[in-house]
Amino acid sequence: MHEWALAESVLTAAVETAEKEKLKKITEIKISIGELQQIEQDLFEFALNEIIKQQDKMLKNVKIIIETEESVLKCKNCGHTWKFKDMQKKLKENEAEAIHFIPEVAFVHTRCPRCNSPDFEITIGRGVSITSIKGEK
Amino acid sequence: MDTRISVIDKRLSNIKNVISVASGKGGVGKSLIASSLALILSKKGYKVGLLDLDLYGPSSHIILGVKNVLPEEEKGIIPPKVNNICFMSIVYFTEDKPSPFRGIDVSNIIIELLAITQWGRLDYLVIDMPPGIGDETLDVIRLIKKSRFLVVTTPSKVSMAAVGKLLTLLKELKLPIVGVVENMKMNNSGYVKNIVSKERIRYLGSIPFDTKIEEAIGDPLRLYKTSFMKKLEDIVLSNNIING
Ligand SMILES: Nc1ncnc2c1ncn2[C@@H]1O[C@H](COP(=O)(O)OP(=O)(O)O)[C@@H](O)[C@H]1O
Ligand SMILES: [Mg+2]
Ligand SMILES: [Zn+2]
Repeated sequence: MHEWALAESVLTAAVETAEKEKLKKITEIKISIGELQQIEQDLFEFALNEIIKQQDKMLKNVKIIIETEESVLKCKNCGHTWKFKDMQKKLKENEAEAIHFIPEVAFVHTRCPRCNSPDFEITIGRGVSITSIKGEK
Repeated sequence: MDTRISVIDKRLSNIKNVISVASGKGGVGKSLIASSLALILSKKGYKVGLLDLDLYGPSSHIILGVKNVLPEEEKGIIPPKVNNICFMSIVYFTEDKPSPFRGIDVSNIIIELLAITQWGRLDYLVIDMPPGIGDETLDVIRLIKKSRFLVVTTPSKVSMAAVGKLLTLLKELKLPIVGVVENMKMNNSGYVKNIVSKERIRYLGSIPFDTKIEEAIGDPLRLYKTSFMKKLEDIVLSNNIING
């Protein structure tokens, strides 16, 4: 499961930020996961918990809040906007999986539903990010 | 906040040496040299990885004849072993379809690949770079601090003009340059050697145009036997490019 690598990146980044801010403890991390990356939330949370267990004091009893963000795409050619959800069903399994690993290959495997252009952008909901961190000094 | 950058150093922490095969110009032999260098190092018994960062025109998989393999998922993705080389490329995810990426996407892909690829222990990671000094080069400079640069040119003035710009940039940033290889040499002009030496950069040597190379593309066992490969091996050994 590659969710592990993403979970590890979230916690590494959180600890790094906390150290920069001279926090002694992180009490809460709010994480956003963009639909495009099709994260298995169970696996992701499992990985987060496992890594937190291995970590010492900084992350002890941290509260993790996960929000999913709808993925919106916008065509640079014709201006049309659409949601990844709407086209997900049409994808072949291997294409969906490739997008799961590298969201940008959406430009390889999908097209603008209106004008068929590959020149669109991911407006929101690409992948994993931290939206906020709370802690104690 | 983008969390992926933080974990990249950790992913690369067990890699002893990184050599990026770069050029200001396309079509000069970067991919052939990168793949062949990986083969040479692997034959010498080193643990070797090869990362193809030419996202628009990936070629290493063609040179090595990589077919029907995909990375395994294990706390990230594990590059499949091809001829004993851990090989990572965007082709696993594009199925070799055209890849119309904008600059920001290129950057995102490189960051994602570096954040999720589990290389494990490597003596050498060789990177097959795309031409020029755009996103890929800037991202390698930014994200892979231990990279050294092996620069490839052809004898042409046109090639050297673009390569000179890359060398100037690398020097300005005080980045380690392994040296310059002059590839596809057809006469004994000293043009490239003079320019490179004047810049106080190591001229590693030249590789003649090898008319038989095309027949060996896609077949590492045949590649090992080409005069191209022998010459590259000479260059690698005589310049002490291998240092453990
Ligand atoms: N020394 C050489 N002799 C003959 N052909 C070569 C030599 N070096 C490279 N080539 C060929 O030139 C072409 C471009 O090489 P490639 O490695 O793809 O360049 P780049 O990665 O710089 O764009 C390929 O077909 C390759 O096989
Ligand atoms: Mg190439
Ligand atoms: Zn459109």
